[in-house]
Amino acid sequence: MSLDVRLPIGGFFTLLGLLLTGYGWATLGTPGTAPAGVPIDLVWGAALLVFGVAMLTLARHARKPSNPSP
Amino acid sequence: MTTLGWVDYAVMLLYFAFVLGIGAAVRRYVHTSEDFFLSGRAIPAWVTGLAFVSANLGAQEVIGMGASGAKYGIATSHFYWVGAIPAMVFIGLFMMPFYYGSRARSVPEYLKLRFDEKTRALNAVSFAIMTVFSSGISLYAMGKLLNLLLGWSFDLSILVAAGVVLAYIFLGGLTSAIYNEVLQFFLIVLGFAPLVFLGLRAVGGWSGLVARLADHAIANGFAPGAYTRSWAFMGHASTNPVGVEWFGLVMGLGFVLSFGYWCTDFLVVQRAMAANSMTAARRTPLIAAFPKMLFPFLVILPGMLALVVSPTSGVRQGGQVITASTTSTTSTTSASALGIVPPKLDPHTGQPLRDAAGRVVLDYDLATPMLLLHFFPAGLLGLGLTALLASFMSGMAGNVTAFNTVWTYDLYQSYVRPGAPDAHYLAMGRFATLAGVAISIAAAYVAASFNNIMDFLQLVFAFVNAPLFATFALGMFWKRTTGHAAFTGLVAGTLAAAVHHGLSLPAGAAVGVKGGYLGVVTTFPSELAQTFWTAIVAWTTCFVVTILVSLVTRPRAPEQLRGLVYGLTPQPVDTAVSWFQRPVTLAVVVLAVTVVLNAVFF
Repeated sequence: MSLDVRLPIGGFFTLLGLLLTGYGWATLGTPGTAPAGVPIDLVWGAALLVFGVAMLTLARHARKPSNPSP
Repeated sequence: MTTLGWVDYAVMLLYFAFVLGIGAAVRRYVHTSEDFFLSGRAIPAWVTGLAFVSANLGAQEVIGMGASGAKYGIATSHFYWVGAIPAMVFIGLFMMPFYYGSRARSVPEYLKLRFDEKTRALNAVSFAIMTVFSSGISLYAMGKLLNLLLGWSFDLSILVAAGVVLAYIFLGGLTSAIYNEVLQFFLIVLGFAPLVFLGLRAVGGWSGLVARLADHAIANGFAPGAYTRSWAFMGHASTNPVGVEWFGLVMGLGFVLSFGYWCTDFLVVQRAMAANSMTAARRTPLIAAFPKMLFPFLVILPGMLALVVSPTSGVRQGGQVITASTTSTTSTTSASALGIVPPKLDPHTGQPLRDAAGRVVLDYDLATPMLLLHFFPAGLLGLGLTALLASFMSGMAGNVTAFNTVWTYDLYQSYVRPGAPDAHYLAMGRFATLAGVAISIAAAYVAASFNNIMDFLQLVFAFVNAPLFATFALGMFWKRTTGHAAFTGLVAGTLAAAVHHGLSLPAGAAVGVKGGYLGVVTTFPSELAQTFWTAIVAWTTCFVVTILVSLVTRPRAPEQLRGLVYGLTPQPVDTAVSWFQRPVTLAVVVLAVTVVLNAVFF
């Protein structure tokens, strides 16, 4: 069995989501951060975080049957 | 010029770290040449499916389809719903049994098994040259764009991007490329989705976009819906911005060019060949078709939006973030720009270029990048630019992995050093990766110095590609087709394409690389119309010549063609997956949704 590609994808988007959400939170209300009235770093960062965690969860579930706990 | 913040660089560094990490992690699974070139034929269908579509989702697609969206409007979706989906369904249902079932390791190798050595050599040599030059052209485009938008050094940009691609393919071969393509797929989708969301929100949704583009259509002499309806104005080439009529579109793009690319190009077929079973290989292009049919919303809409968004609606003006002290005078968007699409400038005078009618020529290739800079604040801008970089890298990686395989298996192992131990070919694969990247970089510099040479090369590539599908279709579905016929047909088709192009010219173009070099016998309303009809002529010539030569040459015995030709190959049985995962079910759903999409935007 090779590497489950969902692991690096999940890891990448989780970290990216945390970075953008954190940055969006820190810069909330600063001019030039809310195009079309949306604080997009915060909103999209949260969406990426959810996606990343979902990918990690799927990878973890897929691994369980082949690695039963002793 | 735009300056990036630390958070934007952090996003890019994070991406590079993961891309290289995947290469390093996959390296321990590479033991044989088949592991390196074909991922040991062990990848699940959803991964090969996303890689299938991602290898094609290069920068030409992201930038080019945005540019076409700005130029032609929603009719650009024909490149997907007519020019891709039917061919992807066809290869999945009907051609993959021969590619995968024959155990050929490459498309040229299939030609050798089905026809003969000379047909394989012709295809392998032309493909190997085309693929590294395409990769070089893409690198050049990336270096130029990053230099223009961000002021980054051209040399450094292409060396870093090429270096990263080299590292991860060198380490993990095709598996590394495929895994990274899946990451790149999600990055591109999730990087561009907020752009479309913000753009539509700024113009008042789809209905707002339709209303604004109606004014644009009228100003250009078309009916109000010409940019927002895909079929309604295809009756005549002069009534739509694409400049093509429906027959040329359906036959030239939908049949010849589309089937020629999706069904015979090793770059995409290689992803399906890496699948872990025949059913997975057949499902690969069908799974890929699902995101593919939705891509128009991701890559075409940004171009259309860039034409109509107000220059003051974004987070930047003149490349600077809007702050309390920024005034509207910082805008560099000149009066000749449309929306935020800047005019093309004369390199000598610095003034906007104008066409024969005196209208300003827009730099459509900048439509999508300008929209990114317009709407994305620091943070998301890093994501958008990384998605753009990912598209360049996935396209390049696709070319390099296809090149190293064709070079090693079809050229080196066949003609230079047959019979060596497998470890030797694995080492040669890594060396070919290095050479492929080096040639790509050299080609990027050639493109930077002699732009006309690249135009000429792309023209020759188009001539070589146009007849290919006729050869494959006859080879797979008519057992009487012979090797001599396939070779003669391909050469005749390529020559026919060159002659047709040489005798025709798009309206308003000068004789030269655009055509007419053998004398102008006919003119076409647009360059696309000329391209589509050149392809139709090439395909028909190849088809007819191959049939005629087959009838007067000796066919191979049927027992030599088992597994290679329809009628002599057992029909694949898909009992391993449930009914809703089977290729036929997927194909029906894909085609039905495509029909609905065409109807909605008719």
